[in-house]
Amino acid sequence: MAEPALSIRGLTKVYGNGFHALKGIDLDVAQGDFFALLGPNGAGKSTTLGVVCSLVQKTAGKVEIFGIDIDRDFARAKYHLGVVPQEFNFNQFEKVIDIVLAQAGYYGMPRREALPRAEQLLTDLGLWDKRNGSARMLSGGMKRRLMIARALMHRPRLLILDEPTAGVDIELRRSMWEYMRRINREEGTTIILTTHYLEEAESLCRQVAIIDHGNIVRNTSVRELLAELDTETFLLDLARPVETLPHLAGFEVSRVEPAQLAVMVHRGQRLNDLFAALSKEGIQVVSMRNRANRLEEMFVSMVEQGSDSAEREASSLEARA
Amino acid sequence: MTATQTAIALWTLVLKEIKRFTRIWPQTLLPPSITMSMYFIIFGSLIGSRIGEMDGFTYMDFIVPGLIMMAVITNSYSNVASSFFSNKFQRSVEEMMVSPMPNWVILTGFVLGGMARGLGVGLIVTLVSLFFTRLNVAHPLLTVGVVVLTAALFSIGGFINALLANKFDDVSIVPTFVLTPLTYLGGVFYSITLLPPLWQGVSLLNPILYMVNVFRHGFLGVSDIPVGWALAAILTFIVILYSIALWMLERGKGIRS
Repeated sequence: MAEPALSIRGLTKVYGNGFHALKGIDLDVAQGDFFALLGPNGAGKSTTLGVVCSLVQKTAGKVEIFGIDIDRDFARAKYHLGVVPQEFNFNQFEKVIDIVLAQAGYYGMPRREALPRAEQLLTDLGLWDKRNGSARMLSGGMKRRLMIARALMHRPRLLILDEPTAGVDIELRRSMWEYMRRINREEGTTIILTTHYLEEAESLCRQVAIIDHGNIVRNTSVRELLAELDTETFLLDLARPVETLPHLAGFEVSRVEPAQLAVMVHRGQRLNDLFAALSKEGIQVVSMRNRANRLEEMFVSMVEQGSDSAEREASSLEARA
Repeated sequence: MTATQTAIALWTLVLKEIKRFTRIWPQTLLPPSITMSMYFIIFGSLIGSRIGEMDGFTYMDFIVPGLIMMAVITNSYSNVASSFFSNKFQRSVEEMMVSPMPNWVILTGFVLGGMARGLGVGLIVTLVSLFFTRLNVAHPLLTVGVVVLTAALFSIGGFINALLANKFDDVSIVPTFVLTPLTYLGGVFYSITLLPPLWQGVSLLNPILYMVNVFRHGFLGVSDIPVGWALAAILTFIVILYSIALWMLERGKGIRS
């Protein structure tokens, strides 16, 4: 069996101010995977990826990239790694073409090889026309695509995308998704994605790990995770407003607007029963949709549970002190 | 990295640095040329004609090597300090950190970039000086050698400054409060033999005095201090500061959390 693209064991990070950002996490990402690393702000996602990219110094633990221990030969491991960070990290005053060519140079790629590669990537990402312009003149979405082109210059086998579509409009976000799917499918590039758009993770990724308070709280396939979803909330748009909250036996109902109800449907309950109850009350439904995306509901419930247990842990520490 | 890949990475970084300071030439190359021209006109031609000779040379001939050296020192230092700090500030230093480029290549690349600017400005000032005097170079090899070593030393100093700096003000503190006073008191405008014995002794603690004097020796063939000692001191400082800078880079000082 091929070694994982990324293997993390007992990764711990304690910052200088004493903050325990990572509490000994274990994580494996298989080769060719499209992997989502999710978690609320400050959960430890960026710290984890920072360690993998050498931007953050770990306190303890072991990290291997395609079987190469970063403590033994980080330089060789870095050849396999492409990084698209959360924040823009290029010189805004440089030309677009110079930014991608310089990155190729840092990896020791000769110019005769780097030029056609830059042309191909900038064309694919819709930036070739902007190649001689200063990077600061690009729109936010273009800057994100520039960072993707830069990260792919040396043909990495593992691409880390830290919130690559933050602040990007829906149309552009979908074209970026298509591009990421393509490089994952056609070039076999393993992709690790962190995102706040859970729809993005659900749509793109096969595996998902959820990190919270420096611990991995779940690590499974997106399909399995969704199968565990106990409850879905549906929004029902009604033909006529309702004056009082109807009683629908076995279902939790709340009124969002006079002509809109939110109904929680637990696993095992049938939508037929819901519609039968609605008909009995004389309520006509015009349209129906999920309140939020399914993964988001799962994520929120896990993080809430995590916060509760962290608070319990903190208060029990306080009580003992 | 193979030797070829390392050479490509180093060349990429050096070329990028040269492109940077030539792209903003009105901020980097033009001001020292104008400032030094003023020095040549005011101190060399107008005041210098009344001062008479210094160490047996016209005052203009005496100050030209010092002024060239002053330009090399300040430009080498400030190029690396501002460029690397700007990379830190814009986070583009991460481009280098995530790459397999060894730390010594990063350090050497910035130092060579700083040397290119320092020596480039030094050349411009030398050409400007030709409008005011005829330059004779007594020891060409020594002249070139000492100016190259000095540019390297102050480029490394600028790198350390940038690593330690947290804000743009931190980058200008050393040039303003340390380099400029040491340069002015380093025998650019006078021979230390003019000073009382106590201040001559104090002046000998100023490292820039050695560089200016050796450089002047290269041009004029006269020096206040032994040339061999001065060269050894510059080389020693280069080795020490380069090692400190590399150690700081390996530790991620100022760039890794």
